[in-house]
Amino acid sequence: MDASAAKLIGAGIACIGMGGAGIGVGHIFGNYLAGALRNPAAAGAQFTNALIGAALAEGLGIFSLVVALLLLFVA
Amino acid sequence: MANDPIHQFQIHDLTEKFNIGGYDFSFTNSALFMGAIVAVITGFLLLASSKRALVPGKTQSVGELWYEFVHNMVRQVLGPEGKKFFPLVFSLFSFVLVANMLGMFPYFFTVTSHVIVTASLAVFVVALVVVVGLWKHGLGWFKLFVPHGVPLLILPFISLIEIISFLSRPVSLGLRLFGNMLAGHIVLKVFAGFVVTLGALGIGGVLGAIAPLAMAVALTALEFLVAFLQAFVFAILTCVYLNDALHPGH
Amino acid sequence: MSGTTTPEATAPAEAVQEGMGGMSGMEGMAEGSEAHGGHKVFPPLDSSTFPSQILWLAVFFSLLYLLMSKLVLPRIEAILKQRHDHIQNDIATAQRLQKDTQAAVAAYEKELADAKARAHGIAEETRGKLQAESDAERHALEASLAKKIAAAEGKINAARDKAMAEVHDVAADSAMAIVEKLTGAKVTKAAALKASGGKA
Repeated sequence: MDASAAKLIGAGIACIGMGGAGIGVGHIFGNYLAGALRNPAAAGAQFTNALIGAALAEGLGIFSLVVALLLLFVA
Repeated sequence: MANDPIHQFQIHDLTEKFNIGGYDFSFTNSALFMGAIVAVITGFLLLASSKRALVPGKTQSVGELWYEFVHNMVRQVLGPEGKKFFPLVFSLFSFVLVANMLGMFPYFFTVTSHVIVTASLAVFVVALVVVVGLWKHGLGWFKLFVPHGVPLLILPFISLIEIISFLSRPVSLGLRLFGNMLAGHIVLKVFAGFVVTLGALGIGGVLGAIAPLAMAVALTALEFLVAFLQAFVFAILTCVYLNDALHPGH
Repeated sequence: MSGTTTPEATAPAEAVQEGMGGMSGMEGMAEGSEAHGGHKVFPPLDSSTFPSQILWLAVFFSLLYLLMSKLVLPRIEAILKQRHDHIQNDIATAQRLQKDTQAAVAAYEKELADAKARAHGIAEETRGKLQAESDAERHALEASLAKKIAAAEGKINAARDKAMAEVHDVAADSAMAIVEKLTGAKVTKAAALKASGGKA
């Protein structure tokens, strides 16, 4: 296989990791919403924590994007 | 060339090159936009605080909202001790926010889409955490890596995880912002590129271009949200990390 | 646009550019490769621009920090503090005024109660005085009446006694005359008086 073709395939595979980040972020906001509907009074105070959690989960997805970019442009 | 989604990240010199010790320190478009960010923030906040009205007008309200937003964030996470770090967190938040927002203008350069900028800010934050932690607590600060109530048998393992988690902070903090801004701008440009390419194909293409155009509009709205959210996340994570420096026994 | 255009891109980079070109739509191959030739590496990861960006980031971020901490934030803080103080002042003033109002109401009510008590006292006193006056008057009247009654009674008694005495005298005289006429015997005045029940 051509080296550049392998790189492109690798970059594509790396982007699968972003799906995991999507699942994680969905979990966080889904559970936040479920909790918020159970106890709306406590929801406002926890929104910041939900955002932090979403950012942390999303950051891992971004890592896979960076890996894809590194494969495309640097490796 | 106009359709190239990477071209928007190109850095070019605006003045003559000047090298010091073999390194290129030229004033580039990136530097120009950093200056623009400082000018926008300072100009806006000075304008907002110029009237000193008891009942604030629109501009002053935005300025005060901005101030109170960061102020509350610092107070909630860091407590009263965090007052010293408020100007720093405010500067970080404002810099990242305005950089992201300026990047949303067409043909404008996004400072935060370059990994070195975000990584420098992140490394600076984590280095500050280490310096403040050691200065405040001395060597006792390293208790941060030795959690309470962990059985002695698995303590080395937990400590190793804590150390790795601490060392990955600058990486994740910097890459998150960089990745979000880079990916958002590439996706926007790609969808906008679809519109142009399809539009060139005649009447059928113009009709077909409606879908990516709608997508580009929706993505633009999403990108504004992301621009704010990432600035917020950067600032609040800075606060959370600084909290480790101030109160290591968590 | 790109200042350093080098048409000869390295082989892998060219392959990548083709991939990116396909991503961004149908581009003219020649134009695309020439444009892309300008950046052999991905610009955000191009380490040749790192020193410049770090330097200017440090310069401008320090400038921003100085401007914020020395100039802008104290200004906004002063505005917010001024408003906070103003509101606190107003609340304090309002509380003070309310306290004053309450004190005034309390004073008014005390005053009213005092006045009522005083009026009541005056009424009581007046009534007492009037009562005493009328009592005294009545007593005086009664005393004078009693005196008059006593005098009248004394007069009546005297008159009656005198009358009674005269009655005895008359009776004795009559008895003397009757006895003399009937019997021709002389009866002394004293005996006659005694017989008639009068005093001698």
